[in-house]
Amino acid sequence: MNNLIILPILIPLLAAVLLIFMNKSIKLMRVFSAISSFTAVVVAAVLVQTVFTDGIQTLYLGGWKPPFGIVLVADQFASLLALTTAIIGFLTVLYSFRSIGEQRERFFYYSAIQFLLAGVSGAFLTGDLFNLFVFFEVLLMASYVLIVIGGTKIQLRESLKYIVFNIISSALFVIGVAYLYAVTGTLNMADLSVRISESGQTGLITVIAVLFLIVFGLKGGIFPLYFWMPGSYYAPPAPIATLFGALLTKVGMYAIARVFTLIFTQDAAFTHQLMIWLAALTIIFGVIGSIAYCDVQKIIIYNIVTAVGVILFGIAANTPASIEGSIYYLIHDMIIKGVLFMLGGALFALTGTNNLKKMGGLIKSHPVLGWMFLLSAISLAGVPPFSGFIGKLKIAEGGFRSGEFVITMLMLLSSLLVLYSVAKIFIYGFWGDEQKDTQIKGSIKSYIFPAAILLALSLAIGIVTELAAPYFHQAADTLVNPKTYIEAVLKE
Amino acid sequence: MKKQQTNDVILQTVTKIACFIILLFSFHIFLAGHNNPGGGFIGGLMTASSFVLLLLAYDLKTVQNILPVNFIYVAGTGLLISICTSAGSFLFGAQFLTHSFGYFDLPLLGKTELATAVLFDIGVYLVVVGVTMTIIQTIGERE
Repeated sequence: MNNLIILPILIPLLAAVLLIFMNKSIKLMRVFSAISSFTAVVVAAVLVQTVFTDGIQTLYLGGWKPPFGIVLVADQFASLLALTTAIIGFLTVLYSFRSIGEQRERFFYYSAIQFLLAGVSGAFLTGDLFNLFVFFEVLLMASYVLIVIGGTKIQLRESLKYIVFNIISSALFVIGVAYLYAVTGTLNMADLSVRISESGQTGLITVIAVLFLIVFGLKGGIFPLYFWMPGSYYAPPAPIATLFGALLTKVGMYAIARVFTLIFTQDAAFTHQLMIWLAALTIIFGVIGSIAYCDVQKIIIYNIVTAVGVILFGIAANTPASIEGSIYYLIHDMIIKGVLFMLGGALFALTGTNNLKKMGGLIKSHPVLGWMFLLSAISLAGVPPFSGFIGKLKIAEGGFRSGEFVITMLMLLSSLLVLYSVAKIFIYGFWGDEQKDTQIKGSIKSYIFPAAILLALSLAIGIVTELAAPYFHQAADTLVNPKTYIEAVLKE
Repeated sequence: MKKQQTNDVILQTVTKIACFIILLFSFHIFLAGHNNPGGGFIGGLMTASSFVLLLLAYDLKTVQNILPVNFIYVAGTGLLISICTSAGSFLFGAQFLTHSFGYFDLPLLGKTELATAVLFDIGVYLVVVGVTMTIIQTIGERE
């Protein structure tokens, strides 16, 4: 029993509710949401440390023992993701102060952000499949509000698509849960794992596994199902796009990692092979998208697709090294996409356009922004001193071990094109002659500051890997040996 | 736009009586939830439906005069109550969402079972009333 686990969910939830009552004073809302998000960061850090020293923590909600009640499980994988979520949430709140505008702040903007954070941390920490669905809905409802807040024409159009696709995927999720409940009679993840390994993975369960792959693929944006993403992430303003790009698709990836390492593990020859091919296609299409566009936001969005492919490949290759690499890469990608969206927002605030051909020569007037962009581009591509390197290295190691030479090479080649696509932003935006019609207005310190903290974090993970590695290793350990997870949940 | 003058004497008179019956029934359903079909969700919806009946019989301004509450805050209060009763278990060193109950001798009702789950349900009730009324009032206000 440990009520610490609920706090990363409870703090944003309570903050969101209290923020509803504060909507008269924008200053109060800003201060309060900053304080509460910072508290969430501290609590999540304590949780990570607790799990590190004492092993997997569980909390039986209402005191009902699993599999009868809902159980919250904090293993190192979930805790690390909850910590990253809290950090990104805190920095996005700081980033919003200048960039979102009072018009939006007045309409429960901070409340919606806190609900989103509560949903995301809840989805990471839950140990129950239907509870996962509920937390998915919590974060999706909040994201519906965020995508449409402000009510510009493009936001209205894209939110309609976004909502339709997500309602369809949620309905499929419920259907999948219903099938699984009909076959096994339980919804607790640890109990599901035990029952499926006892009965063996029949054809019926493999079908359900693929259904779940489709559901989480729709949420996470893997190859044939990512079509809703470029449009809907393009619509909202920068701080909201930061939250979406850094958190939402990653919840889908987390769910795939959890479900396919814990529950559907018996028929790996089919399901994991399918995932490997989907991952390869996701990487290819993401890369094609990111080199095709001349638009800052679109390039970054298609890089999300590529990263999703890389993470999926690491999970699908199903070796200890590649799974650890996926965890590294998942957390690295949450951080670096946050940085890129924040810097992209700063570029837009400076030039008033997303079109690369219309900007140029910014390095003279804004050297700090320029160098930060270069550093984050290098980090995204996976150059050694940064966090992106270790993840890709381990995924490549695991990929070669599992004999997927072609696709591993493909993944390594994709790094080049990813670097090209982001370097294109740097070259067009920062080199060359200064554009006459750039409308440089005011200082962009408040844009750069949160991005700088995130970038420093990315650097820190890369440089002091020795310190971070035990945490990541522990996280991978639970995924590789689901027995420890099951024992922690179903212990007597 | 010219406002249409209508004569709704029958509708308004019936509403005055029916509204209270619906309210009473919704409270009954709300309190019966533990042992019979019912609970916070359906009770809240029925309370909101009695307000909707008022909205149909009278206009938006009149109803806002009778019920001078901001329903967004009602929903917020409900959430707050639910979260606080769930987190209240922290004070007793129990897991989140742990509920308890006891038997008390109340003046009029005699020996009654009182459960903290009812407090949680009051939260649900207020959220449902608040959300439903917010939706209907917001759509109704728009020209």
